[in-house]
Amino acid sequence: MSIILDHVNYIYEADTKMAVYALKDVCLQIPDGQFIGLIGHTGSGKSTLVQHLNGLLKPSSGNVYYNGRDIRDDDYDLKELRSKVGLVFQYPEHQLFEIDVFSDVCYGPKNLGLSRKETELRAYEALRLVGLPEECFFQSPFDLSGGQKRRVAIAGVLAMKPEVLILDEPTAGLDPKGRDEMFALIAQLQKKTGMTVVLVSHSMEDVAKYVDRIIVMNRGSVLFDNVPKEVFKHYKELEDVGLAAPQVTYIMHALKNDGWKVDEEVTTVAEAADEILRACGK
Amino acid sequence: MLRDMTLGQYYQSDSIIHRLDPRVKICGTMLFIVSLFLFDKFTGYVVAALLLFTAIRISTVPLKYIVKGMKAIVFLLLITILFNLFLTPGEELISFWRITITKEGVRTSAFMGLRLTFLILGSSLMTFTTTPNNLTDGLEKLLNPLKKVHVPVHEVAMMMSIALRFIPILLEETDRIMKAQIARGADFESGNIIHKAKAMVPLLVPLFIAAFRRANDLAMAMEARCYRGGEGRTKMKPLQYRKRDGIAYAIMVIYVAAIIAVGFIPILP
Repeated sequence: MSIILDHVNYIYEADTKMAVYALKDVCLQIPDGQFIGLIGHTGSGKSTLVQHLNGLLKPSSGNVYYNGRDIRDDDYDLKELRSKVGLVFQYPEHQLFEIDVFSDVCYGPKNLGLSRKETELRAYEALRLVGLPEECFFQSPFDLSGGQKRRVAIAGVLAMKPEVLILDEPTAGLDPKGRDEMFALIAQLQKKTGMTVVLVSHSMEDVAKYVDRIIVMNRGSVLFDNVPKEVFKHYKELEDVGLAAPQVTYIMHALKNDGWKVDEEVTTVAEAADEILRACGK
Repeated sequence: MLRDMTLGQYYQSDSIIHRLDPRVKICGTMLFIVSLFLFDKFTGYVVAALLLFTAIRISTVPLKYIVKGMKAIVFLLLITILFNLFLTPGEELISFWRITITKEGVRTSAFMGLRLTFLILGSSLMTFTTTPNNLTDGLEKLLNPLKKVHVPVHEVAMMMSIALRFIPILLEETDRIMKAQIARGADFESGNIIHKAKAMVPLLVPLFIAAFRRANDLAMAMEARCYRGGEGRTKMKPLQYRKRDGIAYAIMVIYVAAIIAVGFIPILP
């Protein structure tokens, strides 16, 4: 049970002289239950990549397999795939349209052809999962705050009970508090449901704390694909492609160079604090 | 998906046609279209085709790209041709069941087909080689004399340029929302007409909201930069005729002279 990308290429405007390689020979394997951070600079191809995972875009060449089946097969049920691989786009709150929050979340499961009871049950469950207060359920989605709207939109995808959840920049346009809450929510969702989660972001800092694995994209190809610790070792190369390792990486490296006996491979602020205290002998 | 629509879009390139003054291109296109409707012999279209395809060649816009834009009017073209073919009275040519095709019918439908095709090809060449901003700039300048009779030329031009500028933005937005709803299991393709219309609601509601949001933002941004209409407004890049524009006008004059001289246009007695 996994997603496999096999030598996937994708070209925009293939027939004109403006043809651009959005993806270049991408090979990836995404096993079940992993929490993945997909990082890249603007235009590195990360959004194009995630649209291949649920069949919204078809590779110009190469294959995408979901659970061992090629999604380009003629008899492959793409609707089924889209319910299994849930994709939350950037600014998902812009796609809300129903008169109240609850009906909007029902839209996904209803499209799957579920019974009314099952649909409403799932909608309720999804709204509880994203932590929306119950008094908001029957309000117009347009009356909610930005952060709440986004939760509703995520619930709309969760209600389809996906096995894989992909979130494209889920914290774009949120304030620092909203951002922390959103990441905490996603981490909690992953823990509770055991879903595979792919978190798309351009900030290492944000995802380092949560993910098991980081995939770094640059100009349409995979640059690094490893556990965060290993990826951050390449902090100099990351800078070359317009990214940066978390600030603690820099601090720890500087301390190490100054002769402190610290482990420079820690990735979060909390770990770094422990490490520094230990080095001070406390 | 929707980005395949090419009619009325700009094609980035750097040909001499692209660099021509927009006023020249507007005048040229108008002249070309008027000439299409005055021809009464097929030889006239040979001259027009010669001019059109030379211009397309020089513009470096791939012909395939321009023809793709024709898809949007295939239906209109077909109706025009068929109506003219079957409903023109005159000398009978073929007749079966209740349908008769006349000699005049064949002639008029061929004329109409050619006219419409050339009209679309010609005007799309203009939009392919001129940015929307340039186009409205040219139009504003051309219509300037109308200001004397209190036509709000600047306002109309501004509205046009905003409308044109928003076409790709809204297309992109539509594409995005469509994908987002498809990811939620929406189906925009199958079902009967009522089903399809209903399926559009999740697309149209967010699209309208997005359009209003953008309009609001734009109005705010314009006000923040002290926009107060055309009164006393100057341009960063004022339109200026150059040598190549003169040559283009000269070619137009030659074109008119040629078609009159060869007698394609019936000159009034």
